[in-house]
Amino acid sequence: MSDCVLAVETNGLVKTFGNNRAVDGVSLSIPAGTICGVLGPNGAGKTTIINMLATLLTPDAGSAKIFGYDVQKDTQKVRQLIGLTGQFASIDEELTARENLVIFSRLLGFSKAESKRKSHDLLEEFGLTEAADRKLSEFSGGMRRRLDLAASLISRPPLIFLDEPTTGLDPRTRAQMWQTIRQLVKNGSTVLLTTQYLDEADQLADNIIVIDKGRVVANDTPDGLKRSISSASLRLVIRDPENTGRAVEVIEHVLGERVQITETSELAAPMKHAYKLTEVLIALRDAEIELSTIDVRQPTLDDVFFALTGNARENAGGN
Amino acid sequence: MTDTTVIQAAERELKTRISFTVAVKNSFTLAYRAWLKMLHNPESFMEMTILPVMLTLLFTFLFGGAVSGSTADYLPVIIPGVLVMCCAMGCSTAGTLLREDMNKGITKRLTSMPIARISPVAGMLMIEIIRYTVIGVVVFSLGFALGYRPEAGIVGVMGCIGLMVIAAWCLSWVFALMSVSVKSISTAQTIGMVIMFPMAFLSNALVPVETMPGWLQWVVDINPLSHVVTAMRELLSTGAMGSEFLVALAGSLVILAVFAPMTVMAYKRRA
Ligand SMILES: Nc1ncnc2c1ncn2[C@@H]1O[C@H](COP(=O)(O)OP(=O)(O)O)[C@@H](O)[C@H]1O
Ligand SMILES: [Mg+2]
Repeated sequence: MSDCVLAVETNGLVKTFGNNRAVDGVSLSIPAGTICGVLGPNGAGKTTIINMLATLLTPDAGSAKIFGYDVQKDTQKVRQLIGLTGQFASIDEELTARENLVIFSRLLGFSKAESKRKSHDLLEEFGLTEAADRKLSEFSGGMRRRLDLAASLISRPPLIFLDEPTTGLDPRTRAQMWQTIRQLVKNGSTVLLTTQYLDEADQLADNIIVIDKGRVVANDTPDGLKRSISSASLRLVIRDPENTGRAVEVIEHVLGERVQITETSELAAPMKHAYKLTEVLIALRDAEIELSTIDVRQPTLDDVFFALTGNARENAGGN
Repeated sequence: MTDTTVIQAAERELKTRISFTVAVKNSFTLAYRAWLKMLHNPESFMEMTILPVMLTLLFTFLFGGAVSGSTADYLPVIIPGVLVMCCAMGCSTAGTLLREDMNKGITKRLTSMPIARISPVAGMLMIEIIRYTVIGVVVFSLGFALGYRPEAGIVGVMGCIGLMVIAAWCLSWVFALMSVSVKSISTAQTIGMVIMFPMAFLSNALVPVETMPGWLQWVVDINPLSHVVTAMRELLSTGAMGSEFLVALAGSLVILAVFAPMTVMAYKRRA
């Protein structure tokens, strides 16, 4: 496959709801055969971007092309190239898993026999054969997600949108979902997935686009993104608050990094190398500063936001 | 086993638009889906069978003596009346189901697929024809069992059910439009109840108009359901399609012509 094919290309996409600019000039391009992770907090505009790319919403400004076809002008063609798995399951609760798949296959133009075969195969592929003829109301969250994804793959579309595919799943199901997503790309699809978890984007994506309040604030590879933020952060609580000032001095001296004091009186400092932890602890003991808690945290979306926008992310409303 | 290979965009034959044949096929597939939902849902079967049976028995034996002197004399009055009532109560079902699809994300998936945009609405409503037909057959069979022998015979009965199906189906579009235009499923259901209940009772379905005060007669007369009831009674007792039959039929078709396009447009806009 040629590497210059762009599965998605948008230019200055804008969507406004009232006077809320939910998506505010988003430009991105996703080469075919890659996974693009759109990372952002609740309300950042991730779903709205997907809805515009999947022809569910009309952009107020800007343009978007799917494999070269304009989402507004060539809507029908675009719909033949995409599979959408929304943030919330979009399958029929009152039908069985098999009935759901057969109906979507029939809608896509497959004959009765083909639809049956495709549904059978997909159920097997997603480990749902045993539950195939049960009503969906008896399905677990993970099974629903899998069926929802299966329904998006009937036509084996070259571009798949996954809107927060693992939010609310338990760790084991989440790992399974990651495995499935990797397999999709192996089979030749391009995947655009949104997530609130840095580790998910890190695990899966070839390229990560960080968005905040409808704007792209970073567009980089996972490694590049991680390099721009400290890899981990050291969190300490000093037993005697009077020692806080001295503790800051000691830690800054050992780590060579600035220490911040959070609202909860925690001391926070970026920590690039784990072995420095011992040195920090020894230095604090030598200075006779006692700790009440200590913790080393992997960077979270909050840290990414802190690093990229300079302010802690406030919890935006909406969904 | 599974063929999981993806056919790339450049190798696909893409259609520019949805043909009429595909639109019809899509509609039938979605009607099949609505049919399956009906089969899986015991409530909707009760609405189609137990409710009409209950209402017929209830009204016949409760009101029969008071309204017409005897239960036997009341049957020609009440059979068309109960039929209209039961169908009217089912009129908001399709609308509610459409709203449910919109709120549960199914409409989203359907919209992102290369299918005709009219099909989800058309499919959902097509299956309503079955609902009204079943109600019609149930009510008339029970009437027959109770000793009702209409002058018009089996052809008249079929004509009656036909008119009822058409009228109820056209009316369903009104509720479909309202359900598509509101936000929540419960609002859609409540509106259906609030409109249908008085409409069913403020008609000549259960009692003759002559017993009502003047202003109420006026209300009953503008109620389209009254015209359907009158048309059915005329047809059943004389065996001929009277002017009321044409009025009811024409009225239904006018409603359809106005509300069907509006519903489809509203659905497309809000999907
Ligand atoms: N249909 C809508 N009407 C009004 N506001 C909306 C609508 N959809 C989304 N929004 C608003 O747009 C912003 C972005 O929402 P969304 O795209 O759902 O974010 P995300 O998926 O990143 O959580 C939010 O402020 C949300 O409240
Ligand atoms: Mg979202």
